[in-house]
Amino acid sequence: MEDNGKKKVISLKDIRRDFIVGSETVHALRGVSFDIYEGEFVTIMGKSGSGKSTLLNTLGCLDTPTSGEYYLDGISVRKMSKNERAVLRNIKIGFVFQSYNLLAKTTAIENVELPLMYNPKVSSEQRKQAAIESLKMVGLGDRLYHKSNQMSGGQMQRVAIARALVNNPAVILADEATGNLDTRTSFEILVLFQKLHAEGKTIIFVTHNPEILQYSQRNITLADGKVKEDVYNTNILSAADALAALPVNEED
Amino acid sequence: MNWTNLFKIALKAIANNKLRTFLTMLGIIIGVASVITMLAIGHGSKQSIQSQISKMGSNMIMIMPGAERRGGVRMGGSDMQTLKLSDYQSLKDECTYIAAISPSVSASGQLIFGGNNYSSQISGVSQGYLTIRQLDIDDGEMFDDNDIATSAKVCVIGTTIAKNLFTAGEEPVGQIIRFKNIPFTVIGVLKSKGYNTMGQDQDDVVLAPFTTVMKRINSVNYLQMIYASAITEDQTEQAIDEISDILRTNHKIQDGQPDNFNVRSQEELSSMMTSTTSLMTILLACVAGISLVVGGIGIMNIMFVSVTERTKEIGLRMSVGARGKDILTQFLIEAIMISITGGVIGVLVGILAAYGVKFFAGWPIAIQPISVVMSFAVCSITGIFFGWYPAKKAANLDPIEAIRYE
Ligand SMILES: Nc1ncnc2c1ncn2[C@@H]1O[C@H](COP(=O)(O)OP(=O)(O)OP(=O)(O)O)[C@@H](O)[C@H]1O
Ligand SMILES: [Mg+2]
Repeated sequence: MEDNGKKKVISLKDIRRDFIVGSETVHALRGVSFDIYEGEFVTIMGKSGSGKSTLLNTLGCLDTPTSGEYYLDGISVRKMSKNERAVLRNIKIGFVFQSYNLLAKTTAIENVELPLMYNPKVSSEQRKQAAIESLKMVGLGDRLYHKSNQMSGGQMQRVAIARALVNNPAVILADEATGNLDTRTSFEILVLFQKLHAEGKTIIFVTHNPEILQYSQRNITLADGKVKEDVYNTNILSAADALAALPVNEED
Repeated sequence: MNWTNLFKIALKAIANNKLRTFLTMLGIIIGVASVITMLAIGHGSKQSIQSQISKMGSNMIMIMPGAERRGGVRMGGSDMQTLKLSDYQSLKDECTYIAAISPSVSASGQLIFGGNNYSSQISGVSQGYLTIRQLDIDDGEMFDDNDIATSAKVCVIGTTIAKNLFTAGEEPVGQIIRFKNIPFTVIGVLKSKGYNTMGQDQDDVVLAPFTTVMKRINSVNYLQMIYASAITEDQTEQAIDEISDILRTNHKIQDGQPDNFNVRSQEELSSMMTSTTSLMTILLACVAGISLVVGGIGIMNIMFVSVTERTKEIGLRMSVGARGKDILTQFLIEAIMISITGGVIGVLVGILAAYGVKFFAGWPIAIQPISVVMSFAVCSITGIFFGWYPAKKAANLDPIEAIRYE
């Protein structure tokens, strides 16, 4: 593993997560350790039930591990209270969900402003400015006042990505972010992620689809709650090229 | 805590669900409006009874024959013959706390003038009666001591009597009217007082010297009642004690024996009558209050539905950094805004309805600021109380489960 003097954004040390269901204990994570550096684009792969979502919830400070240490941007998360974790999520994490999770009947700009609404340090002027900037970054500069029900799936996911960017987080966490989209739109989203990566964002992208790891910089494969494989991709494909190569009239 | 933003968020949520918000509010609106209207009607009738009674003279004292019965004034005391003219005379001479006194005897029958007759009642009184009942002579004059001494066949009439007998517009003073075949000369007309709250026509009176009514009409030697008025309202109690003492002496009642007469102040009468309306007001307010509680439960119900329906949204808010207390505050603000807006509308509707009652039904109303303030406070508390539990439920959701909720 290369350590080129870059900052560690995420550092996991022997993370375990047990769920107690009735009299049984489910070991969702059985000792996961890895570091993720600033500016990395990492995919996390694995079979269903291998612990990907549990891991992502832990990384996103939504869940606390049963044991092990987790440092986010140098801050130890494990002993934090519920409220402290909420504040940490607010300033350090950007989530992108499979089902977009936009607020209904709400404009793109208001959706993107949402995380900053919970940050008392941001004025309403700054909030609006940041939201416009994020929306421009995902290519929706001309859709600021469109409501969520007036947009396509791809556009909604872009709004969701803009929302994840708006607080300038330490890391963007995406769980199956292309799972609901057709091939073409999926590639468009991948192009966007690659662009964000190029701009220096740290991205963790959970997926089922093995094709996608060709476009990321590094891939961690989980199996049965453990890291099975952790490799850097020496030949990163361009999603933009792949998109251009797609047949134009594809029905999906 | 970022109140401005939480306020914006709550407002947005309300705006996104206008119809439902309005329907929820409706419960509060109806509750508050009915509380205000009911209290306005209750207080209105109470106030008008009170003012009517004080117009009758709040210093007024009534002395009736017969012992007091438990539970209130003994009605039909006229068949008791314990009050004599001598009682009147000694009260008049000896009482120091009374400003005016008048005996009272009455007789019912037809008043006849020319071809007109009118069924009424003739009251035998003395001049003091005008002071006690706060009556004024509009035209002509009151009978004097000489008329009383000679049992003169003269009378003073109210405007209703004048209207019904002198239909051709004759000048009442100087006319002769007949009552039970006795000719009475009208020597005065009273100033009109209109109807009182109990719906009695206060101008439907004929006053004659008490001696005339006793001797010439009723042929009795006892009095049905004695009216007096205390010098000031504060001296009513002393006046009552003094009157009782004099009458007990006159009637030779031993210590420990019950009175064979009954002395009541206007105040007692007034409190007796207003207590009935107070009870009515309380009952009305209770019914209205129940509808306010039902409105509150409506808020709780809708808030619960709203929390369940918005579980995913709550999960999202939490995942982007909303703390439990942010969610709690948001939902509480929603509940309070619904109830306060409903309260404001309810107050307006209630005031309008109260004036509607006054305008269309002619009932007296009195909107008291305190009832407005109170129902407002109650509905804010209702909002907090009934909004709290659903809001707490929302705040305690687990973000991971909430965001997965479908
Ligand atoms: N809240 C929970 N209570 C009990 N068991 C749980 C809970 N959450 C996850 N698990 C268990 O932990 C294991 C890992 O689940 P997880 O959701 O992380 O898998 P995944 O890799 O995301 O699967 P998928 O690809 O289907 O989304 C599973 O066996 C699951 O049943
Ligand atoms: Mg999963």
